Amino acid sequence: MIWVDTIVQGILLGGLYALFAAGLSLVFGIMRLVNLAHGDLIIFAAFGILLIGSATGLHPFLAAVIAAPMMFGFGWMLQRFVLNRVLGPDILPPLLVTFGLSVALQNGMLEAFSADSQRLRAGTLESASVDLGVVTLGWMPVLTFATAVGVIVVLNAIFYRTALGRAFRATSDDPVTASLMGIDPKGVFAMATGLAMVTVTIAALYLGMRANFDPSIGPARLIYAFEAVIIGGLGSLWGTLAGGIIIGVAQTMGAAVNPEWQILSGHLAFLLVLLVRPRGLFPRAVD
Amino acid sequence: MAMRVVTRTRAGTITGVAALALVALGLILPAFAGRSVIQDMFFILTMLTLAQVWNLLAGYGGLVSVGQQAFVGIGAYAMFAGVILWGWDPVPAILLGGIAALALSIPTAFFAFRLQGAYFAIGTWVIAEVTRLMVAQWKALGGGTGTSLPREATSDILGVATVQALFGVREAAARDILAYWLALALAVATIGAIYWLLRNRLGLALAAVRDNTEAAKSVGVDARQLKWAVFLIAAFVTGLCGALIYMQTARISPDAAFSVTNWTAYVIFIVVIGGIGRIEGPIVGVIVFWGLQTALADYGSWYLLTLGLIAIAVMLFAPRGLWGLLSERTGLQLFPIRRRLVDIGGK
Repeated sequence: MIWVDTIVQGILLGGLYALFAAGLSLVFGIMRLVNLAHGDLIIFAAFGILLIGSATGLHPFLAAVIAAPMMFGFGWMLQRFVLNRVLGPDILPPLLVTFGLSVALQNGMLEAFSADSQRLRAGTLESASVDLGVVTLGWMPVLTFATAVGVIVVLNAIFYRTALGRAFRATSDDPVTASLMGIDPKGVFAMATGLAMVTVTIAALYLGMRANFDPSIGPARLIYAFEAVIIGGLGSLWGTLAGGIIIGVAQTMGAAVNPEWQILSGHLAFLLVLLVRPRGLFPRAVD
Repeated sequence: MAMRVVTRTRAGTITGVAALALVALGLILPAFAGRSVIQDMFFILTMLTLAQVWNLLAGYGGLVSVGQQAFVGIGAYAMFAGVILWGWDPVPAILLGGIAALALSIPTAFFAFRLQGAYFAIGTWVIAEVTRLMVAQWKALGGGTGTSLPREATSDILGVATVQALFGVREAAARDILAYWLALALAVATIGAIYWLLRNRLGLALAAVRDNTEAAKSVGVDARQLKWAVFLIAAFVTGLCGALIYMQTARISPDAAFSVTNWTAYVIFIVVIGGIGRIEGPIVGVIVFWGLQTALADYGSWYLLTLGLIAIAVMLFAPRGLWGLLSERTGLQLFPIRRRLVDIGGK
């Protein structure tokens, strides 16, 4: 029965990784942008929530509601004024710009907030759990998973049911033809990055409530997020959730065998999937 | 009219002569420079080597790897294994580092070459992480916390006694001088080899593949074979360089040896700031990098913050780097690789 518990915990952990990855998946799917600063942006948002919380005394959930529109604006401007200038057929320039942003953000945060570990205090929710007989589930992991599913449902609704989503899909498939139909790809990209930053804020909220964070841990979060996106396949948000779950289950199974193998087994699962399916499990778009 | 294809230019010839003079000056530098200068030069030369190799990979081969730290780390660890486990002298053990990196690059290439563009970048990074986590399990070399080279191994490194006698310095300083000479030799050999490569058939084929893979294939260039060659050469040199860096520091840990920031991010910044796709680029880049580091040494993380912002600014406003700016204005090429048709007379 220990294995059932391990797998269930792994699936729930996968929810957290999917949450890390949702914004990345959106941006990568629409404009093929490899955002190497995504992990640092999550940490940046977590510090933002922390600051708002300590300034106003609000619960992290409410502080995140205030942080989300600010992050949307930040993402919109980042795309509009920086990233749009370097997007093109060559993946190198955007990669380098986001690498620069990653290093600048990490060190800026180090200067502003020091290297001390921080945490978002969520009160009794942090340790509450429910006993289902076979497994005991923490409320926090369950809530994380439910939020991940919720975020993906909402993003899919935007993607397939709204005019903005139609513009997203059209631009993803062929930006030149989309612009002939009156769509402004640069504006679409800015909206997409803004939206991605809202999901980053949600990811930051759960990251900060579940564990300690400090300015240096962004890149490790980025790598899990990228693995989830790539396993899932370009442009498929449900695929990203599946990718997150695969990484999460592989990690908890590895950790059950030997605690030192947790992260290693997640990476090996990623390499294994790519060996069999180089374009991921459920690719929607073609690169 | 008889024509001939040449790459030689006057600027190139002058560069060649100046380079020879600089290398000669570099060789005798320990005679009059202090230990801190030698250490700075060691840092500059090893970063230059890593940057040249990454430039070959990404700038010429189109292989944007974010996982070069795998080869720095495995090279360094192989050197430590040679010294600690098998009792080798550290200097020949550096070769072991290059061979280990070469051995790792073969399965890496098999895997990573199945991936395209962004997937390739992330794939190489994950492979580096996997290598780091596996090396951290190697208890004989200190596991996750790392280890140091034993005193008996560092006290009689091949050649250190000669250097001590030659310059009348203490053992630690003599070790630095030896490491510096090896770094100088590696940097000169790397630049020389890359320049030779680019002036050859292989370089022409590389440029063709970079500019248009399909067109290059249609005239008989084997793009796949080329990418393999570039990737393996890059891994070998990176492994040598990693082993050399950790011979000088004499202390290793998986987190430091497989650091994506130190061995890939900085290297990429050097190449980008200087100018990607040109041999001069990394040279200019490493000077800027070192100058910034020296100027901002007292300001801690501000230095890296500045470096990141400069990399962004260069990418936005001068995507061909500082050297690219200069070269576009003046047409100056210190390492000419462009082939020109020249009339050599006759009917």
